[in-house]
Amino acid sequence: MTMSSALDITRAVNPPRAVFTDFPLGHTAGKPFDRRLQRQIMIEALSAFETMGQPGSIKMLPFEWDADHSWKHAGAGKGDTRQARTEEPQYQTEEDKAAAQEGRLAEECIVCSNWSPGSEAPRSTG
Amino acid sequence: MAEAPVEYIASITRQYARLGYKPYGWVYNTDTPPWQPVKKPLAQSRVALIASGGIYRRGQVAFHFKDDTSFRLIPTEVRTEDLRTAHFAYDQTDARREPNVVFPIDTLRGLVHEGFIGALTEHAFTFMGGIYSARRVREDLAPALTSRLVAERADLALLVPV
Repeated sequence: MTMSSALDITRAVNPPRAVFTDFPLGHTAGKPFDRRLQRQIMIEALSAFETMGQPGSIKMLPFEWDADHSWKHAGAGKGDTRQARTEEPQYQTEEDKAAAQEGRLAEECIVCSNWSPGSEAPRSTG
Repeated sequence: MAEAPVEYIASITRQYARLGYKPYGWVYNTDTPPWQPVKKPLAQSRVALIASGGIYRRGQVAFHFKDDTSFRLIPTEVRTEDLRTAHFAYDQTDARREPNVVFPIDTLRGLVHEGFIGALTEHAFTFMGGIYSARRVREDLAPALTSRLVAERADLALLVPV
């Protein structure tokens, strides 16, 4: 089951099962701190496992982000800003970077990526 | 009155043309998708969460932005306050305040507690979905994730893109 907030892209990719919520990108599973809404969306998504019978089905959920839909006209779909991209990890905070560098020496790093004990070292991506 | 969903493909295609970029290679799958029947009731099913919003746990290596096809194993017992994001293609403001909007871990833990679903796999799986090579996703990332799902005996996979 894939959740989605981009209906046209989900239609193009055509996964076996999908549920669509018409929210701004970055909120596929609900609004921040709205536990009740998050739970409702998730129950709808998981319930579809038991009700869908056709490959390629998309269940449309009724939830609305706001009454006037102004978010759809406020730079939605801005997408790619083409900043220079490198293989440097992009930490949320400097503190995360320090924590990860300690973690590299510990077992923690086994869960960093698809690194396995047989390989020489974690890849640059972690 | 509901408005039509945003047309992201058309919008991004126009934007690329305006900026003089090469057209983006959208994935169009026109065959009938593969279908695996659901074998158990939800209340007995082990659910695997897979999220593409660039979520990592404090202490893990963050994602980079150049076709990063690596993924992270996030223990599903993780403390929510230890979750971070690294992604270039969506507004992370809310995800960083409240990770459940893109990584619904508390939501799912709550539904396990209620008995609505049976359990979660030991780990959730996360990657940074801004990968321009569909081939690398198909040939590298997807098979690696699939083998993890099998190893952790997932009954159901729940994908949360951004």
